[in-house]
Amino acid sequence: MADVTASDAALRRFLHGLPGVDAVGLHARAAALGTRSIKTTAKAFAIDLAISMIDLTTLEGADSPGKVRALCAKGAHPDPLDRSAPKVAAICVYPDMVATAKDALRAAGAPHIPVASVATAFPAGRAALPVKLADTRDAVAAGADEIDMVIDRGAFLTGRYLQVSEEIRQVKEACRREDGSAAHLKVIFETGELQTYDNVRRASWLAMLAGADFIKTSTGKVAVNATPPVTLLMLEAVRDFRASVGVQVGVKPAGGIRTTKDAVKYLVMVNETAGEDWLSPDWFRFGASSLLNDLLMQRQKLGTGRYSGPDYVTVD
Amino acid sequence: MSELTEPTGKTGPPASPASPASPSSPSAPGSPASRADEVPGSPGGGAAARLSVLKTYKLFVGGKFPRSESGRVYEVSDSTGAWLANAPRSSRKDARDAVVAARKAFPGWSGATAYNRGQILYRIAEMLEGRREQFTTEVAAAEGLDRAGAAAQVDAAIDRWVWYAGWSDKIAQVVGGANPVAGPYFNLSSPEPTGVVAVLAPGDSSFLGLVSVIAPVIVTGNTAVVVAAERTPLPALSLGEVLATSDLPGGVVNLLSGGTAEIAAPLAAHQDVNAIDLAGAATDETLAKELETAAADNLKRVLRPSATTDWTTGPGTERMLAFLETKTVWHPIGI
Repeated sequence: MADVTASDAALRRFLHGLPGVDAVGLHARAAALGTRSIKTTAKAFAIDLAISMIDLTTLEGADSPGKVRALCAKGAHPDPLDRSAPKVAAICVYPDMVATAKDALRAAGAPHIPVASVATAFPAGRAALPVKLADTRDAVAAGADEIDMVIDRGAFLTGRYLQVSEEIRQVKEACRREDGSAAHLKVIFETGELQTYDNVRRASWLAMLAGADFIKTSTGKVAVNATPPVTLLMLEAVRDFRASVGVQVGVKPAGGIRTTKDAVKYLVMVNETAGEDWLSPDWFRFGASSLLNDLLMQRQKLGTGRYSGPDYVTVD
Repeated sequence: MSELTEPTGKTGPPASPASPASPSSPSAPGSPASRADEVPGSPGGGAAARLSVLKTYKLFVGGKFPRSESGRVYEVSDSTGAWLANAPRSSRKDARDAVVAARKAFPGWSGATAYNRGQILYRIAEMLEGRREQFTTEVAAAEGLDRAGAAAQVDAAIDRWVWYAGWSDKIAQVVGGANPVAGPYFNLSSPEPTGVVAVLAPGDSSFLGLVSVIAPVIVTGNTAVVVAAERTPLPALSLGEVLATSDLPGGVVNLLSGGTAEIAAPLAAHQDVNAIDLAGAATDETLAKELETAAADNLKRVLRPSATTDWTTGPGTERMLAFLETKTVWHPIGI
């Protein structure tokens, strides 16, 4: 596999040699996997698992230290009335908020919750490579445990695959810390801008070959975000990648997942496509903010038998 | 078989050729697709009687007309026991969806001006006026009244909408106002809507009683999840069609039909319902007590009327006041 990234031509030959995606079949499969009925104990398991997989996210221009601290407190104790509720997987913020988030998590008694930071001129990714690398190093230096980078969609769509691959490789390099450890790298494709399912499959393989630890659907900043078919396609890609290269890569759908029902459908898809190995926060994440409240309300319903309401969860 | 769904102008319009494979109403699986008055043969005969069009009664939730999430229906019969139609038998999930719709509609409806709400309630009366015939027929069948008696009920219900419409911008002046205080302050009390109100419609008055419990809830800015009378839900489900065409924002009134006890239990326990009107459980002591207990859990306002309410008499302001909260503000004078 190493030789496919040797040259632009070799990489293009490999990516365009991947089998085309049967869009109708993909939609049908995703829809079929969404029809499973998950109830009672299985539902309770799914809800807790989904909570523990959430990258609790705030990526707004209006983010303030106070908002980030509130988010961290919520991530550490999602349901203040029920301490058995699991913690979230990570807190996801802009680079300048990483230090605030780190402090806030320590203060909330959950210093082991990782802080993820978007970098590389998120969400457009339209900046010179040195700027992107500096952005990444800055976030890592501030203590980020995970970096969510965006690919250069312009370069990808015009067929400059090696450039995209090279960027991912260099950003991964920039994720290294002085002590030799490295921040986890998630690569965002912005699938809503990639036009075709074939492109999503190509982007998945390209990113995995370049060393991504996670592949992520979207920034949450465009009209079309994570959809079940796109996530299914990426789950197939990581499954096939592990089968052929032996390296396991995680998947993170982000944006637009707001209800427990949706989240459970994604979990069914993970289990049925990639397999149980991916059914853990180490290998599957939800990029979401409002999803957590719905999960908590469902969790309260399961616990008490009464329907809960927005008055019983935080206003974010 | 009742004549409720029979077209009234049977001899009037020229009939289209009756196809033997005519579609039957999906909610009336047991009913015959065609009636006995269909003329056999002679497809081009011209004067053949029309096939009856059976009505599929549906719920009214969030401004839409869904079937029950459970897919269930139950048979509704008239006062003599003859089958009228099938009505959806709502499940607790329908109740949950209705609460979500009502909660979503609350900011817009409670934030609308009182004048605007009054106009919309008056519009409902206008729309009902044009459908008096239909409701008279439905009420007559449901309650076993003669046409004159049923028409009187419908007229009274229309008048009740108008009566409550007038209250929308007056109730605040009657129950709110400036309070005299011993200090340099303005002290103002104003009534505010309670929130999402679950309403169990009374079982003894399928239309006038229904209107008499819905109108006072929504005129002040609350949104409602209404459980229609279990035995006589058809006028309520038809009212949904009137509400949908009256500029009433979707979700302000949500109508469910089915077992009152089955739907009321999750509504009474629902943490996102702020008040409950037990008119429909007034005659069932055990059920009312259970619902009151469940409602106490999140301190819902509970209105438990007496079992013998006369819906034809003037209602007074009691039902409006039951679902209003008083907000009092202190404001310094001279700043």
